[in-house]
Amino acid sequence: MAEVLVYVDHVDGAVRKPTLELLTLARRIGEPVAVALGAGADATAAVLAEHGAVKVLTADAPEFTEYLVVPKVDALQAAYEAVSPAAVLVPSSAEGKEIAARLAVRIGSGIITDAIDLEAGDEGPVATQSAFAASFTTKSRVSKGTPVITVKPNSAPVEAAPAAGAVEALAVTFGALATGTKVTARTPRESTGRPELTEAAIVVSGGRGVNGAENFGIIEALADSLGAAVGASRAAVDAGWYPHTNQVGQTGKSVSPQLYIASGISGAIQHRAGMQTSKTIVAINKDAEAPIFDLVDYGVVGDLFAVVPQLTDEIKARKG
Amino acid sequence: MSLRIVVCVKYVPDATGDRQFTEDLTVNRDDVDGLLSELDEYAVEQALQIADEADDAEITVLTVGPEDAKDALRKALSMGADKAIHVEDDDLHGTDVMGTSLVLAKAIEKAGYDLVITGMASTDGTMGVLPAILAERLGVPQVTLLSEVKVEDGTVTGRRDGDTASEQLEASLPALVSVTDQSGEARYPSFKGIMAAKKKPVESWDLSDLDLESDEVGLEGSWTAVDSAAQRPARTAGTIVKDEGEGGKQLAEFLAGQKFI
Repeated sequence: MAEVLVYVDHVDGAVRKPTLELLTLARRIGEPVAVALGAGADATAAVLAEHGAVKVLTADAPEFTEYLVVPKVDALQAAYEAVSPAAVLVPSSAEGKEIAARLAVRIGSGIITDAIDLEAGDEGPVATQSAFAASFTTKSRVSKGTPVITVKPNSAPVEAAPAAGAVEALAVTFGALATGTKVTARTPRESTGRPELTEAAIVVSGGRGVNGAENFGIIEALADSLGAAVGASRAAVDAGWYPHTNQVGQTGKSVSPQLYIASGISGAIQHRAGMQTSKTIVAINKDAEAPIFDLVDYGVVGDLFAVVPQLTDEIKARKG
Repeated sequence: MSLRIVVCVKYVPDATGDRQFTEDLTVNRDDVDGLLSELDEYAVEQALQIADEADDAEITVLTVGPEDAKDALRKALSMGADKAIHVEDDDLHGTDVMGTSLVLAKAIEKAGYDLVITGMASTDGTMGVLPAILAERLGVPQVTLLSEVKVEDGTVTGRRDGDTASEQLEASLPALVSVTDQSGEARYPSFKGIMAAKKKPVESWDLSDLDLESDEVGLEGSWTAVDSAAQRPARTAGTIVKDEGEGGKQLAEFLAGQKFI
């Protein structure tokens, strides 16, 4: 059976959920071979094996942290040359897309980004994507070279499928471009204890109607009652009420959770572009005419300052 | 010594319009107004600020696209860019990101550059991979997704705000930079700028100017193929209630029914 390279997104050995989802998709088109780079790469093997990796190729070197992106491309290319896979799958993070893009150029392949589903086809893997603010669904494939495909979080279930997961050291030679962009300082983002926005099963977002940074506490309280991530509309971010890393929309992050709760967000096309593929959509807004209500499974026309705290209390009460 | 900056921009269908695919599954550009991709305005803005700080700098805006794409160049010129290059060729219809990046790389090399600046993604395709691909093709450092950028003494530095960390980056010129919408509000063209733009040179190049063959680009030369495009079915009308004091509780009831609580 053909091998499929899966690039592993992990933090010091803790594999992030989108990679486990990729292993589910990879098994549809072949045998997953995982590529884990950097500190803790060896520690990823157990969980990758549990989710279907027949092999785990690992490498660590200071270059991975001291320079931007390119050393990882060199390593993924080395894995590609060692394995000759039928496809290369990479999580659709900002860095993942850049790594995939450069690899595709080097191996003379087409690239598909932000796939939301993947299946085997007669002429190679067929990727489903959303286009035009998720108003269209397209099916595409790579027609030249080995398909390089990046996949959005929440695109597949995480399924256990135990496999050998044999760890092999990957020999990497860094090219001249590897040291081109130096990382001179790195400040880790402070953890909020909440799930990562793009990976979360539930997202609670606030917009213009939240009317101030100090009021985002009620959005956070609702999120915490549901174990959800917090998102914000561009209006709220531009006003400085919430960090840009939490922005949902065309110029921010695109999310596709099981449940999306929009509070005080009118639902401009730019916001819809980032959340329209959410499975269940709920909105709370004072304005009954707000376009967000065209998208909802359940909407409450009302003052979010009354509705959201009541909802939070009710959820807490029900959860006991 | 003059700092040569090339800014790559894209002419995109207005996201607020009713965007559709045509029969050959390429983007329908006829029925929706086009404009300079908003995310590219940030690239033009940063180029202008970098040029202001430099002793001597020249900003060239570059686009690949149909006749109308000149509008995107005019907007960038009216913001303050010095000159423009429009790569236009009938054979370019349907070119994907690999082909477009090939054309851009050839054009950038022909134009001559010390610094290439792009937006973080286009607002239509939204792939966000072009900057990395261009850096790879040009063989220069990629200094991408910057929310702050500075060029001094042949070195570009910037801040990249990622999901898990904020990084300070540094590279020597020539280099490729991409900037996010956090890099600084793009200026509005002044009346004077709009008038001046009319007199600025816009060069037109076709594939032969770039030593490219028609089978390297277009739908035929595409590295990817779109097999189908279907409009998402409209969502079935949801339940909408007016809050009469129990709205939060009613919503909780709905969420419980959907097993979210």
